[in-house]
Amino acid sequence: MIRISGVSKNFTLHNQGGTVIPVMAGAALEVAPGECVGLIGASGAGKSTLMRMVWGNYLAASGSIMVGGLDVAKAEPRQIIALRRVTLGYVSQFLRVVPRVPTLDVVAEPLLQLGVPQDQARDRAAGLLARLNIPQRLWSLSPTTFSGGEQQRVNIARGFAHTYPALLLDEPTASLDAANREVVLSLILEAKTRGAAILGIFHDEGARARVCDRLVDVTGFTPKVAA
Amino acid sequence: MTDQAYNFAYLDEQTKRMIRRAILKGVAVPGYQVPFASREMPMPYGWGTGGVQVTAACLTPDDVLKVIDQGADDTTNAVSIRKFFQRTADVAVTEATAEATMIQTRHRIPEQALTEDQILVYQVPIPEPLRFLEPRETETRKMHSLEEYGLMHVKLYEDIARHGSIATAYAYPVKVEGRYVMDPSPIPKFDNPKLSDCAALQLFGAGREQRIYALPPYTQVVSLDFDDHPFTASKAPHDCDLCGASESYLDEVIMDDAGGRMFVCSDTDFCASRRAEGHVGRLGAAEAGK
Amino acid sequence: MSRMETLTTPLLQVEHLTKRYGTRIGCADVSFDLWPGEVLGIVGESGSGKSTLLSCLAGHLTPDQGRVIFDTRDGPRDVLAMGEPERRRLSRSDWAFVHQNPRDGLRMGVTAGGNVGERLMAVGARHYGDIRAKATDWLGRVEIAAERIDDRPSAFSGGMQQRLQIARNLVTGPRLVFMDEPTGGLDVSVQARLLDLLRGLVREMGLSAIIVTHDLAVVRLLADRLMVMKGGHVVESGLTDQVLDDPQHAYTQLLVSSVLQV
Repeated sequence: MIRISGVSKNFTLHNQGGTVIPVMAGAALEVAPGECVGLIGASGAGKSTLMRMVWGNYLAASGSIMVGGLDVAKAEPRQIIALRRVTLGYVSQFLRVVPRVPTLDVVAEPLLQLGVPQDQARDRAAGLLARLNIPQRLWSLSPTTFSGGEQQRVNIARGFAHTYPALLLDEPTASLDAANREVVLSLILEAKTRGAAILGIFHDEGARARVCDRLVDVTGFTPKVAA
Repeated sequence: MTDQAYNFAYLDEQTKRMIRRAILKGVAVPGYQVPFASREMPMPYGWGTGGVQVTAACLTPDDVLKVIDQGADDTTNAVSIRKFFQRTADVAVTEATAEATMIQTRHRIPEQALTEDQILVYQVPIPEPLRFLEPRETETRKMHSLEEYGLMHVKLYEDIARHGSIATAYAYPVKVEGRYVMDPSPIPKFDNPKLSDCAALQLFGAGREQRIYALPPYTQVVSLDFDDHPFTASKAPHDCDLCGASESYLDEVIMDDAGGRMFVCSDTDFCASRRAEGHVGRLGAAEAGK
Repeated sequence: MSRMETLTTPLLQVEHLTKRYGTRIGCADVSFDLWPGEVLGIVGESGSGKSTLLSCLAGHLTPDQGRVIFDTRDGPRDVLAMGEPERRRLSRSDWAFVHQNPRDGLRMGVTAGGNVGERLMAVGARHYGDIRAKATDWLGRVEIAAERIDDRPSAFSGGMQQRLQIARNLVTGPRLVFMDEPTGGLDVSVQARLLDLLRGLVREMGLSAIIVTHDLAVVRLLADRLMVMKGGHVVESGLTDQVLDDPQHAYTQLLVSSVLQV
């Protein structure tokens, strides 16, 4: 489902004398449907960078990133937009939403984008929010005022609203209590069961052990720094 | 009686030719506002300078001229314009609609049906019907040329929204031959149906705004409206108190400070002719006895 | 919109659009495609040419070179080669333009209902009851109470005026909306409400939109794709979040790093 090969990444800091910082080279990995692959490596080794390149958020300098038949590294923006809508989900560490929009609609939005009728999308969103223990009295409020843990759970509900064939998870269990962590892990396991290919970053080793089939250490993708 | 210091009908011949060319263009493109080089006239703007120039350009020594203001031959504006042409053109004048070959009017169309031998000249204060909603002349001209007339209905919409019906009672916009939207000058909307299929040539002159437009004989003129708020030609629900006419446009005259009022034909010639024929209204006998 | 994947014709194809003011460059050699259902953001500082570009696209300015091909209901046509009547007809039916200042996009002397109804009447609606019903419906959609239908926009707040302008523009179901700083000059809380409204409308109606703004937060929330302009040139374009999070051009990096963090 996801196949990365020969991917490299540089940052060019034009406003700091054009410094070129190579951050990744020769990255390669595969995630099959129904499989969960965990990225490991020290902080700053490039786990998030690789994840963001798969998401299309960072541009790859070379190589190919195939997701469901589309090479994200070379795709047109509109192809990536379609990919994100239908095929590829992403639970980031931060919730970014339009202020004022009720939580229920924030979670339902990925389904509305797909043309799912509003009541159906809201039912699904309500189910997820309930499962993630977001009190119902908060559903009509914007999540912008929620606590960090609540925002994280809203973000997860949103990421799991649509049954994406491929999922990117960036620290989905961070800042969650034990009960909610359990809910998230079962959501991940359910996604695997239905055949989703999952690429994740889990600092939580217990969680990693529960859901990941394989681990890939991104330290191996660190460029050999010459300068 | 002609004052020899003036050319026939006051304007010089070149000016009259210029105005006639504008008129011909207006006749060729019914409802289209033709710009013309309006002259200073020896009367203030708002007193019919546009109509006077059109009349002067069309007048021949054989014409019989009638001038009305709000339907009346004897009001200040009508009297002064009539005298102006008597002095500068020495033409015959009349108050009888049927006898006139040329009629200059302000705010009315005579009740009596006009004939092919007559020309009706309107005095126009503001020729641009779109102006109240779109003040830019460059834009309104473009709207005319591209037939973008949605805005005209916005005005009527506003009327209904505010008053429950189309409250525009005069200067009611019309569409000419399915093409140009035209301001018929401030005639009551009661007169609008008479614009259409009229046997006489109708000419409109706006002096201050330097525009001439025309309706050739038998032009189709339709008053704008909505499907669910159709145009109605309304008048006061009375008969003329002097001649008893039920189908003419009426002026309301306050008689005293105790609420006494009477309704009389605004077309004085029409009213007088009927009374001469023996028609008598509610207060007609008393009037005749004076 | 799932139809986005199935359609193979861009709604708008812009090719080498150039506009000069004498020797000064307004915008130079701008090319891009806009696909149905897509929202394109154009950012840049004042004088970067973004407003010039928008004016050229919307037909308010005549560019010196280039083509603007719009997928009309009768197939793709070069808008710049159209006669004025046709282009104006297009801008009344398939296009909409939301001005930064609602006073530029509204008739301040006409009631809210008349403002919304104008476009309907402009395309031939002649039934007062229908026009009013549609205007009422649209006021509701932009969260203006139905009882304000006979009030003039001068009695409205800035945010309401902007929402009214949007209703007036969208009532005829356009396919392409041009927006010039649609949230400029509004309070932050009002901005958020407007952004939410715009997002919902874009999604429900399958609209395509081109939004010119200098507010990077606005484009992040509204735009699928982003074009960064400087000195009349497009210096960078791509997915909105990619351009903002991994800017490639020196100017974009400067722009992104200059935003105050809240």
